[in-house]
Amino acid sequence: MKKIEAIIRPEKLERVSDALIEGGHHAMTVTEVRGRGAQKGIALQFRGKEIIVDLIPKVKIEMVVEDKDVEAIISIIKNKAHTGKNGDGKIFTYNVDSCTSVRN
Amino acid sequence: MINSGDTAFIIICTAMVMLMTPAVGLFYGGMVRKKSIISMIAIAFIAFAIVCIQWVLFGYSLAFGTDIGGFIGGLDYVGLSGVGLDGDGIPDILFMVFQMVFAGLTLAILTSGFAERVKLSAFILFGLLWTTLVYDPLAHWAWGGGWASQLGALDFAGGTVVHISSGFGALAAALVIGKRLGFGQDSMEPSNIPLTLLGGALLWFGWFGFNAGSELAADGIAANAFVVTIVAASAGALAWMGASWIYGKPSSLGMISGAIAGLVAITPACGFVDSISAIFIGIIAGLICYGALLFRVRKGLDESLDAWAIHGVGGFWGAIATGIFCIAAIGGVDGLIYGNVNQFIIQTIDAFAAMAYAFIVTYILALVVDKTIGLRVDEDEEYVGLDISQHGESIHT
Repeated sequence: MKKIEAIIRPEKLERVSDALIEGGHHAMTVTEVRGRGAQKGIALQFRGKEIIVDLIPKVKIEMVVEDKDVEAIISIIKNKAHTGKNGDGKIFTYNVDSCTSVRN
Repeated sequence: MINSGDTAFIIICTAMVMLMTPAVGLFYGGMVRKKSIISMIAIAFIAFAIVCIQWVLFGYSLAFGTDIGGFIGGLDYVGLSGVGLDGDGIPDILFMVFQMVFAGLTLAILTSGFAERVKLSAFILFGLLWTTLVYDPLAHWAWGGGWASQLGALDFAGGTVVHISSGFGALAAALVIGKRLGFGQDSMEPSNIPLTLLGGALLWFGWFGFNAGSELAADGIAANAFVVTIVAASAGALAWMGASWIYGKPSSLGMISGAIAGLVAITPACGFVDSISAIFIGIIAGLICYGALLFRVRKGLDESLDAWAIHGVGGFWGAIATGIFCIAAIGGVDGLIYGNVNQFIIQTIDAFAAMAYAFIVTYILALVVDKTIGLRVDEDEEYVGLDISQHGESIHT
């Protein structure tokens, strides 16, 4: 079992989510987060002074999935959340030791 | 001679109409993304402030000064010269400020076409030009002794002046400024529907001052305007909600949009029609404005907050509906269903003229501002949202 953690642009969430459902992967947890990557936020020039928007709003998608599904899921997220510009996000994958359902 | 009852009534109505401008800001603010809520509300206040100063300096004179060729008023009231504390029923200066709050509201409605992407400095320049070259002539045509009033066109509280002008103006502005980044691809769900409902409630409340106050006296016509305003808004709310129910869920956003559509449509008619007609006017407004919204979405037009679908199309319907439903027992003029075809034709001419003038002149003005100082913020500013990029503020949630 793997855990996939994807940090993407908030406006891409719906497309990513729709595509994941279409691919048969519907279980996910989504959190609104703020962060910065290599571009160190966005600097705006404004009437002679610089405004740095340091932490940009993003969403974090967390999914725990079977090993065999990992590549397909990463490919869907990459494909649907991509713009080619700074700030598109990151996808991390971890090993998961166990998963226990609260209900059962 | 001044009538104290009328004066008291119109002072209160003026204050109620003033509240409609920030109410438009709240209505729109709830429908944009979280990163642009402050900008959407602030721009309504800013629109109001621009127009107030313009109105005192020369706007009122252009709208209500001595008629020049049926098109525009003269400069006799520049700087409010000759606009004093006396008047016929209410003080002249009170009439001036009652009209001022209408003008401010109209520019605020138009900001729908610029949502989440307009440069504040460019909006200030555009707003000044627009209110001078579009609003003031239209107010003169309808109320200041211009050609439409000479022709006998009926516009009790501003269907052409306020709603057709801002609605079709918003569409023209949206076409010039272009779609928001990611429009049609990315999710652009409303970020705060309760805020929109609050804005809608305040609009509905203020609209009583808008419509009943347009009688400029506390009398039976004002009372009729008040009643038909409630009725048309309720009919519009239920009609839009019902229509949207067929396609999915009866959303609160659809319900309040329908109420606004009903309010818009009854605006020109409220001094001339009875309550049963108001039900028809409201129902049809709810349905055609909802249809206009679906059409806009299908065409991929980012007239973001539907000033065109609700105010433009609703105002157009209202102007025509006035010619259909008006009844001599209330406003002294019969309409189409009482056999007066002439009034219907006059209303149609008036509505088409206001629509064409507002659309074409707004398009040209937006183009001029765009080619000179640029209407639109750059991509990075749009991405982080106008709250931070234009105001240096955010709602921190």
